[in-house]
Amino acid sequence: MSGALEQRKLLTFRARTYMAFVLTPRAPIADWLADLDATLERSNRFFAGHPIALDLSAVRLSANGIAHLVANLEERGIRVLGLEGVDVSETTTKLPPRLRSAHCAETSVRPDPQPRPPANPAPPSASPAPIPKKAASLLIDNPVRSGQSVVFPDGDVTVLGSVASGAEIIAGGSIHVYGALRGQAMAGAADNPRARIFCHRFEAELLAIGGYYKTADEIEDSLRSGPVQAWLEGSTLKISAMNS
Amino acid sequence: MDKKSAARVVVVTSGKGGVGKTTTTAALGAALAQGGDKVAVIDFDVGLRNLDLVLGAERRVVFDLINVIHGVAKLPQALIRDKRLETLYLLPASQTRDKDALTEDGVAKVIAELRTRFDWIICDSPAGIERGATLAMRHADAAIIVTNPEVSSVRDSDRIIGLLDSKTEKAERGECVDKQLLITRYHPWRAARGEMLSIDDVLEILSIPLLGIIPESEEVLRASNLGSPVTLNNASSAPARAYFDAARRLTGETVPMQVPSESRRILDKLFGRKAA
Repeated sequence: MSGALEQRKLLTFRARTYMAFVLTPRAPIADWLADLDATLERSNRFFAGHPIALDLSAVRLSANGIAHLVANLEERGIRVLGLEGVDVSETTTKLPPRLRSAHCAETSVRPDPQPRPPANPAPPSASPAPIPKKAASLLIDNPVRSGQSVVFPDGDVTVLGSVASGAEIIAGGSIHVYGALRGQAMAGAADNPRARIFCHRFEAELLAIGGYYKTADEIEDSLRSGPVQAWLEGSTLKISAMNS
Repeated sequence: MDKKSAARVVVVTSGKGGVGKTTTTAALGAALAQGGDKVAVIDFDVGLRNLDLVLGAERRVVFDLINVIHGVAKLPQALIRDKRLETLYLLPASQTRDKDALTEDGVAKVIAELRTRFDWIICDSPAGIERGATLAMRHADAAIIVTNPEVSSVRDSDRIIGLLDSKTEKAERGECVDKQLLITRYHPWRAARGEMLSIDDVLEILSIPLLGIIPESEEVLRASNLGSPVTLNNASSAPARAYFDAARRLTGETVPMQVPSESRRILDKLFGRKAA
């Protein structure tokens, strides 16, 4: 008896940030669904197991319409975690809950039709086992090729080779690249402003930390080809050479 | 043929168009066939076929790859034997259809049947990363990535290497497609002036082994227009010799790499004018 009481006392609530794909339907919905089908045909496992949020700000739908859309997505194996961009009046208790994003990070995950390099130790869902202790870092020991996207919301990503132009690394924590960084690196995607980006040879197209980004154009040329680190100071993305 | 080791399926691919995939397929096919191996070259560029022209077989096409896939023709009916090399065969693409006519099962069957008849099956991939290209690489044991020494070509090649590591049968079995880089249209004097990516830059970015460097040459265009692979049309020309070396490396031989040099350019200057 006393045990049960104690447990009740220990009950706590914690807020936690997750990465989710956001689908943004556009009118007419039928055409949008057809486009979605085309994408799914190319890689039908793309959304499998991923949390999906539905951003309905671009369409006007009644509660019935939303329910219909959610059911349609469910038929395609897409489970909707929550809704965004809807009024309270439009939702019913049967629909997924309303979500309000804290801020729209520039680092949203783009659903590339050809994602995952299986040779690469891929997304967190594929990582070792559902054992309590989660891997807090991801090590990639082969080059990340153009068009490949490595998404690891749980922690740091370390790449021993190079990240090609047109490739992207998205990490919840920091990003370390021991080769040349020629693609895009987005660190701190899980709302972590203390995340940093380090690379041995800086040739990047874009750097972002916690949603603040700089494109290659905005970064001084003197930093090119050398070792570099990037961090966030307030809302400014700072980049400096690492010469010792 | 039975005594030899198993057939090898090689895909010639690049991502970007116009870098020399078809020229390379024809040149390497002819080079290997001249060594006595039985070679089939397949044009996967359904709807935009070219390999028949480069091999000078365009007037003899009756059936094509799509006909075989759809069961309209048997494989031996569609294979065209080269007039000059009796161990070189072409399986042409259909010009009137598009890539959707290629089916995964159909391609698998055709490749499996070719494996029993040939030493080498060389698949000429279409440009792009869509259906045609992914089906051309699907069953490959090895891949030749054709790249020009310029940034867009190199980035597209990088993308293709990523696909070779994920979309091929071998990759799905957890194995690795053997990937080699063939740099084509290399201008020694431009490289010397820094107007082009250097061989080292390209190798550093793509980090795969080098199969060969083919110098830019009028010979290539001349041979194409005559409907003859460059290794057959003028076997002593610089590009032909580079292709012969590449073919030997493909068979596993160790051949020292010749980087086309400036001196050849001076000869070119003496003997012909070249639009740069």
